[in-house]
Amino acid sequence: MISFILNEKLVSTSNNPGMSLLDFIRYEANLPGAKIGCREGDCGACTVLIGEINDGIMAYRSVTSCLFPLINAHGKHVVTIEGINLNNKLTPVQQAIADNAATQCGFCTPGFVMSFTGFCISSKEPSTQKAIEAVAGNICRCTGYKSIERAAKDIAKAVQNKDLNDPINWLIQHGFLPKYFTEIPERLKQIQPQTISEKKPDKIIAGGTDLMVQQPDSIYRQKIESAFNINLPHEIIISNCTCTISGATTVNDLLKNDKLLSRFPELDNYLMLVSSEPIRNMATIAGNLINASPIGDLSVMLLALNAQLTIINGDKTRQIPLNKLFTGYKQLAIEHEELIQLITFELPKSNATFNFEKVSKRKHLDIASVNTAMLIEIDNGIITKFRLSAGGVAPFPLYLEKTSKYIAGKHLDKGTIAKAFELIDEEISPISDIRGTAEYKRLLLKQLFKAHLQKVVGDEFYKLI
Amino acid sequence: MKNIDTVGHVTGKSVYLDDIPTIAGTLHAAVVGSEFAHAKIINININEAAKIEGVVKIILHSDIPGENQIGGIIEDEMLLAEHEVHYQGQPIAVVVAESERIARRAAHMVKVTYEELAPVTNPREAKEKSLLLIPPRTFSMGNIDEAWRKCKHIVNGTVEIGGQEHLYIETQGAYAYPMEGGYIRVHSSTQGPTAVQKTISKVLGVPMHLIEVDVVRLGGGFGGKEDQASGFAAMAALATHITGKPVKLVLPRHDDMRITGKRHPYSADFKIGLSDDLKILAYEATLYQNGGAAADLSPAILERTLFHSTGSYFIPNTRVTAYSCKTNLPPNTAFRGFGGPQGMFVIESAIAKAAEHIGVDAIDIQKANLLKENDEFQYGQRAENVNAHKCIELASNKFNLVNLKKSIENYNKNNKYSKSGLAIMPLCFGISFTNTAMNQARALVHIYQDGSVSVSTGAIEMGQGVNTKLAQITALMLGISIQRVKVHSTNTTRVANTSPTAASTGADLNGHAVRIATSALKKRLISVAAQELGCSEDELNIENETITLNGKITHLSWQNLIKKAHLKRIALTENGHYATPIIYFDKTKEKGHPFAYHVYGTGIITVTVDCLRGTYCIDDVYIVHDFGNSINSIIDLGQVEGAVVQGIGWVTMEELAFDKKGKLLSNSLSTYKVPDIFFAPKTIECIALPTEGPNLAILRSKAIGEPPFMYGIAAFFAIQNAIKSFNPKHRFKFDSPLTPEKVLMQLYSKDETDITK
Ligand SMILES: Cc1cc2nc3c(=O)[nH]c(=O)nc-3n(C[C@H](O)[C@H](O)[C@H](O)COP(=O)(O)OP(=O)(O)OC[C@H]3O[C@@H](n4cnc5c(N)ncnc54)[C@H](O)[C@@H]3O)c2cc1C
Ligand code: FES
Ligand code: FES
Repeated sequence: MISFILNEKLVSTSNNPGMSLLDFIRYEANLPGAKIGCREGDCGACTVLIGEINDGIMAYRSVTSCLFPLINAHGKHVVTIEGINLNNKLTPVQQAIADNAATQCGFCTPGFVMSFTGFCISSKEPSTQKAIEAVAGNICRCTGYKSIERAAKDIAKAVQNKDLNDPINWLIQHGFLPKYFTEIPERLKQIQPQTISEKKPDKIIAGGTDLMVQQPDSIYRQKIESAFNINLPHEIIISNCTCTISGATTVNDLLKNDKLLSRFPELDNYLMLVSSEPIRNMATIAGNLINASPIGDLSVMLLALNAQLTIINGDKTRQIPLNKLFTGYKQLAIEHEELIQLITFELPKSNATFNFEKVSKRKHLDIASVNTAMLIEIDNGIITKFRLSAGGVAPFPLYLEKTSKYIAGKHLDKGTIAKAFELIDEEISPISDIRGTAEYKRLLLKQLFKAHLQKVVGDEFYKLI
Repeated sequence: MKNIDTVGHVTGKSVYLDDIPTIAGTLHAAVVGSEFAHAKIINININEAAKIEGVVKIILHSDIPGENQIGGIIEDEMLLAEHEVHYQGQPIAVVVAESERIARRAAHMVKVTYEELAPVTNPREAKEKSLLLIPPRTFSMGNIDEAWRKCKHIVNGTVEIGGQEHLYIETQGAYAYPMEGGYIRVHSSTQGPTAVQKTISKVLGVPMHLIEVDVVRLGGGFGGKEDQASGFAAMAALATHITGKPVKLVLPRHDDMRITGKRHPYSADFKIGLSDDLKILAYEATLYQNGGAAADLSPAILERTLFHSTGSYFIPNTRVTAYSCKTNLPPNTAFRGFGGPQGMFVIESAIAKAAEHIGVDAIDIQKANLLKENDEFQYGQRAENVNAHKCIELASNKFNLVNLKKSIENYNKNNKYSKSGLAIMPLCFGISFTNTAMNQARALVHIYQDGSVSVSTGAIEMGQGVNTKLAQITALMLGISIQRVKVHSTNTTRVANTSPTAASTGADLNGHAVRIATSALKKRLISVAAQELGCSEDELNIENETITLNGKITHLSWQNLIKKAHLKRIALTENGHYATPIIYFDKTKEKGHPFAYHVYGTGIITVTVDCLRGTYCIDDVYIVHDFGNSINSIIDLGQVEGAVVQGIGWVTMEELAFDKKGKLLSNSLSTYKVPDIFFAPKTIECIALPTEGPNLAILRSKAIGEPPFMYGIAAFFAIQNAIKSFNPKHRFKFDSPLTPEKVLMQLYSKDETDITK
């Protein structure tokens, strides 16, 4: 049995754990507000909010319900647009969209309303920019977005004075949410945790953003278990110079971890290039590694950071460097039963520069044509440490070992860079596909390498090339 | 006034096709599409699929009781393939099952054996092989052969224009259910309910009066549901006809992208000749339209390309020939602009190339050749109430074009790896269906005894706000509050023989029909009032829900008047019929007066290109648009903003990718990118050109749906200009869409420059 609160109502269902939450909402619960645009997390029409108690506080995040497996809804508060509608009155979010004529055919609108509402609940420093970031996963084919931006501005203004200590009550009082939200935390506590079955599952699912896209039908049929139920501790530990995250950490868990961000300059900017708010709210780091996509953004970042993986299988534990995980196209040095429990990497030192570059057709919510990360440490003009990784240029996320080894120990000068370009060309083997021709990817990686240099030496970088 | 659907939309209560509560026992359908772009069908084996529990019926062409034919303009398209398939995804069978999941699973298990044939995907290759959907057409004016001799500058070039996926967020779908006596009611996500009705009637072999089509609204259409909705509705109706059960067919996104046609890619050659003072004296072009595997609307789209092939310019000597080429892609179809954008893209490319050759700014050529009053279009019509110059002048002044250009120059001087560019797109777009017969519409208006009013027309609401405009027109004509007016679903039993809602004409045609119906009702009501008040009819009017006598309020209210009229047995229902006057076109001469009027405007777009990474952003869009006397400026502004971003998408990131065998590679939202909120221009500023508006526009409010799309073309040329300021040896390349890949390659192209290393 999977039990959760759907809007105001407690539901318990014996539907397949791998069913998408969207199908459940629309066709089992007959709530047609969430729309189907793509079933791949790429349009946002199906956006709903997921509420749960984190550290004693009720927190909500937006997700694309098309990719959210029912199993992950257990014990949560699922909010669809029907669940935020008030009687005879629009919420300030709805009113802002109406006032700014930010809806035309209206098919995308419930998704926008939910993403904006999620922003109202969870934002700590509400600004127009943050409101816009919250709807970055919502595609509207009609409006041209300017009216939606105007609505975002009104919405950000409306929550300027939100009480950060008790946002939910403040939002209820100001007509953003219906009253029943106050009772949710108590009601959620009544739901018993799911029992983990003794029988080995066919498949472990985490955020589902890969599996629900690639194989929704087999996930629906198979016996699945949720990584969130078994793969904990769910935390980010920062010691002096290392960071350890659990495999089940989501991208937004990183993005919202102030301690990590303060130790890792610009990490937030890099992570903002990964998918969209609702996808980042679901997608886990381990999922990104195991999915083994040749252009996985986290994989590429973590390769440059020389991440080490702690892999568990029942009671057995082993460690491998991330660099050794990828062995071929979608081939991994990990067994079916093994799980990534922890990912550990050294935080960039004060004399280090870490840079991540990604170019895709569309800057946001798109898969890279080429992405690359670089970690460099310079001491007295000598490069003491250098690691370069890249995606989209090999069958798997690539650590450019030769190039990295060559550069380490050298001066940062024209000769070094010229040789590095040669080595890059040797090390990579891009293919032509939907993300670009091989020729383009070769040129692009070299351009992005220049962008890395720009990060290190500033606008004078072209003197090195 | 805001869209009347606003509250429904923001609360998620608006009903779209898939939200209609289903009747118990509803079955679900899935389409089996061809794996190959061109192949013979050797065998279709449904045995395995039919065994799956829950599968009710697998429908093949042999199950079709009527004609296996859905072609609209030309009868060249089967509903279900018989012996040969002509594009990847072409429907071969329809699986009907108890659930969508089962239907889809069974669809995968239908085994089709093929004998692969060589596909043709390039329109030029198709033309070489004489694979044409219709005979070629040529528009011409003056004496082109003579004219070349007078030209100081003559420039040739080629152009490649990509297609565009509609990506309406609601996919195609239909829900059919049986009523009594063989009558079938169909809800369809279509822009053309009559086309759906006709198609179903033909496929089932039953008269049209046994098929009812109803449409509440669409989650976007953009032309993609003008003709292409019919096939899917016919499949659902066919399944209902065969099983006797309600059947729903909603396409999964991948199927929608794979099966349905898109905006036409075009390939073109041009030759343009100019005088010393930059007057275009001669223009010749050959256009190759990639029509796909069946005619669909391609002939009409080809025609509109020809109509717009000289853009906003007067060119005394022209010859433009267009080929509608048959290829092994899904039948390409209507998309906002309907071939107009491609025609304009080619002439703008020719102007850009000429400017590059002569060493002037393209804007100078554009300005020197804009249409003037009474200029003759290539197709014989004379330009009236021309606003081309007014728009560009107002735009230049209001947005300070001189300063804009200067600040871009400065920016480019001061930045090594970031360059800005600017381009202008003047617009002239003809309004009317170019097929004269389609320029007709009807409206059915009821006034109920309580004074409330119900309006039905042939217009389809798909976000463009037509229902709001129709309600406004009704309220205005009758002198009542808009609260009394309800615009109903579009239904073939209430309004018959409708034209699709397309060509930007929805509000004009249906609005005029509403105007005619409501004026007749008003006339009758005034006559009742005159009897009541004992005065003459011409002294009376209805304003603010009361009857006024020479402008003064009387005691007679709207509600009372209606009561009285009903007691007097006066008809409170009226059917308005409108047919656009004046227009005609003689295809044997390719001359006539095809358009009721033209819409003008000027768009200016500035961009910034990251010359290290090849990425770019659209900075500012400045528009002066000729709305006429807009009846709803909020809705019209929304149409401008939406259309221009779609236009920018078309020439920048929206890239359809097919492999050599005609298989669509960009078959999902993760591989086909459309603008998102971050890609939207930083500003879109649009000001209205103050004009009166033409009589033939409803209440002098000009058609708005398509024209602003074409402003987006400026983004392409703005990026080209930015590339050129980084790479001075770059020669303009007219290869749209201009993706970041193409930008990077052009920034560093080796044959023209040495910056590469
Ligand atoms: C719309 C969209 C946009 C995206 N954009 C980007 C992007 O910009 N950049 C990018 O890099 N990726 C992107 N992705 C891919 C996505 O982010 C990654 O696939 C995601 O990180 C996968 O995590 P998940 O938890 O959702 O994986 P799931 O789908 O749950 O699982 C993926 C695989 O990992 C396995 N797995 C999960 N957890 C563990 C574990 N702890 N140990 C071992 N195996 C495990 C699963 O069994 C499964 O095989 C996008 C995906 C979508 C749908
Ligand atoms: S349906 Fe498009 S994101 Fe879920
Ligand atoms: S309003 Fe139509 S998709 Fe957004």
